[in-house]
Amino acid sequence: MIRFLAPIIILAILVSFFFVGLYKDPSIVPSPLIGKSAPAYELPLLLKPGETLGTEKLLGQVYLLNIWGTWCFACRAEHDVLLEIERQNIVPIYGFNWKDDPHLARQWLAELGNPYVASMVDTVGRVGIDWGVYGAPETFLVDQNGIIIHKLIAPMSMQIWHEDFLPLIRHLKAVQR
Amino acid sequence: MIPELGLFALVLAFCLAIIQSFAGLAGAYWRKAEWLALVRPMASGQFVFAALSFGLLTWSFIVNDFSVEYVAFNSNTELPLFYRVAAVWAAHEGSLLLWILTLSVWTLGVAWANKDMPDVFRARILGVMGLINCGFMLFVMATSNPFTRLLPAALEGRDLNPLLQDPALAIHPPILYAGYVGLAVAFSFAVAALIEGKVTSNWARWLRPWTLLAWVFLTVGVALGSWWAYYELGWGGWWFWDPVENASFMPWLMATALIHSLAVTEKRGLFKSWTVLLAISGFSLSLLGTFLVRSGVLISVHAFASDPARGLFILIFLGLCIGIALGLYAWRAPALGSGGGFKVLSRESFLLFNNLMLVVAAGLILIGTLYPLFIDALEMGKISVGPPYFNLVFLIPTLPMVLLLGVGMHSTWKRARWEILWLRLKMPLLIAGTLALGISFAWGRPSILTFVAVFAGVWVILSALSEIRQRQKMGRNFFALPRSIIGMLVAHIGVGLFVLGVTVTSVFSIEKDLALRPGDVVELAGYQIKLESLRNIEGPNFDAVEGVVTIRRDGEVVTTLYPQKRVYRVQTSPMTEAGIDAGWTRDLFVALGDDLGNGSWSLRIQFKPLVRFIWLGALVMAFGGLLSISDPRYRKKRKAEAQAPELAAGAAP
Repeated sequence: MIRFLAPIIILAILVSFFFVGLYKDPSIVPSPLIGKSAPAYELPLLLKPGETLGTEKLLGQVYLLNIWGTWCFACRAEHDVLLEIERQNIVPIYGFNWKDDPHLARQWLAELGNPYVASMVDTVGRVGIDWGVYGAPETFLVDQNGIIIHKLIAPMSMQIWHEDFLPLIRHLKAVQR
Repeated sequence: MIPELGLFALVLAFCLAIIQSFAGLAGAYWRKAEWLALVRPMASGQFVFAALSFGLLTWSFIVNDFSVEYVAFNSNTELPLFYRVAAVWAAHEGSLLLWILTLSVWTLGVAWANKDMPDVFRARILGVMGLINCGFMLFVMATSNPFTRLLPAALEGRDLNPLLQDPALAIHPPILYAGYVGLAVAFSFAVAALIEGKVTSNWARWLRPWTLLAWVFLTVGVALGSWWAYYELGWGGWWFWDPVENASFMPWLMATALIHSLAVTEKRGLFKSWTVLLAISGFSLSLLGTFLVRSGVLISVHAFASDPARGLFILIFLGLCIGIALGLYAWRAPALGSGGGFKVLSRESFLLFNNLMLVVAAGLILIGTLYPLFIDALEMGKISVGPPYFNLVFLIPTLPMVLLLGVGMHSTWKRARWEILWLRLKMPLLIAGTLALGISFAWGRPSILTFVAVFAGVWVILSALSEIRQRQKMGRNFFALPRSIIGMLVAHIGVGLFVLGVTVTSVFSIEKDLALRPGDVVELAGYQIKLESLRNIEGPNFDAVEGVVTIRRDGEVVTTLYPQKRVYRVQTSPMTEAGIDAGWTRDLFVALGDDLGNGSWSLRIQFKPLVRFIWLGALVMAFGGLLSISDPRYRKKRKAEAQAPELAAGAAP
């Protein structure tokens, strides 16, 4: 009898492994954008709606682009880390307010503090598509030439910042000199 | 409007598939003739609306409707028409729609072929197939709708991934899917047989051509993928043991095993529960492959955008599908019983050995593919399993299998005789041994493994040829042989060609990475290779640097190659187009690398003997499969089931 039950037992074991695997660190999936130019765009600013910002205007500096939204739970967890990174004053952080209500977004920054030099607004998510965003929060590292160097698909943490981002940024700044 | 109609057609196809499944399964259970009568029309309707839905998506690509998000992501006005059509299945959503269309084509086939199949049994098969397609249509509608609008519409599309802008890769997915999905026919046959509780010789006879056809598609599809990787990825390798490649190769191995065990089940009424299990496993591995590719649980060079929600859906679907099938198997298979016995030296034994080795090979590949996932899930770190593992473990079961194949072809059912086998096989054995010695020493680097592998290849080819000769001696014209026999022999010759190609290419290839300036000459395997010049080229949607490379042998120009380094304008990604001089005995392969400054470029130059035999072997195998399918025996009407050898055991519900 066990001979005939073996296949379904194997299946059950496999499926349970897959289930665990499904929720394992999906950030190991490399982004197809890494090593390529940041997509061209220009979007209005959250706090100064009259002004716009985009890839072209940001050329010449190493910066972080952080995708966030007030509806995103993990973004709240990440917020304090971003404030800490901003205090270290190593690279500017630009916000990318994604599929969000600008009113709520302004309120959020007023309440929790603003780690961003500026936040761009992508209410419908049109530009987010070009960036290959599939969920907030995500953080991109872009170099002086507008090339995407690194992408994090997870909330930023101080450990990730120190281990993954800082060495890359030091390297980029060394090359610049 | 057009995209909305496309989605609407898909919803209609879904509704018809539900009716088809219900009418088929419930109608067969309660024996309601009027329900059973619904099944075939529903299958036809499902096909019509699936085709309509697919056609409307294709139309959106043809007219560059960038208000459809999927079109905007995967196409561009500069893209040639052929690739705009191929772009339909370039990404996740569209390729699922193609999958659905393909399954409805197979469903249509099963609905209207095999005239002598009882209606109740056909209804059960179609019921199961309908359920499978329902699952996929639900998947598309719930998580992967290709008809979603993009508002405001994009002015220009993001273009098709340049890697996919290639004729072989454009037709690769439809062919491979035809194979993957074709295994659903075997799966449904198996589930239907388990529901009825009997496996008959007719069951196997009806299923054989379907399985062969799916296998032919898989063979051609896998070979095309390998050929594409060879000339497009620019490394000159033809197989990388990448998870996506493995996902296509494991179902192929299972389908191969199934073809052979079906022969035993049809002719001798043996291996019944084993055959049913193989039929379930083949499609299960197709589903598993889909899950691995779409869910992002593994890293692959071919990965589609991953999304845990989609992964979860496929996982649940996969668990239900395979779980129900295997549950039925655990319940019903013990009663399937097995008929007569056979001696150790008999065709049955050889086929059993073949089956075990194929399944072991698939199992070892599965373990290697999933090992990183297991280790990660158990919090034991992150590792990757590379080609050295696969190359080694794949040889362990397959080399003995190929060696015994030569004997197996000649052995008879029930009981074979050593004396007769020896009489027939001593000449092929002698010739193959001599040739293998010659070939392994000719290139000057002999090893035992090379000798054995070359021997195995030549041996299988000669053994198949000698079988043809034997049959002729018995006074039968080659063309008068049953086509399924000719097909079998041709396919085995393909196996031999493949083994030869793989062995000689792996052992005797020469490759060099060089920095060359225009005017430089290098020597490789007796050829003088000269980089004449470099020039800029403008394609329809890319810019390229093209090298002009002339190849001479003893001063005479053999050929001129034009390897390119392309940059596609929209996605600004560099691509390598290798220059290849193909030949029966060897390929010369030149790929342009990078600009090293000071006027020199890096070039990768390779000499690859017999590399064409790899794909030639696969095509010959597929051709053999087609010959077998064309055997009129499969279409001959047999009289009522009761008069056929009744091998059933166990009762119908």
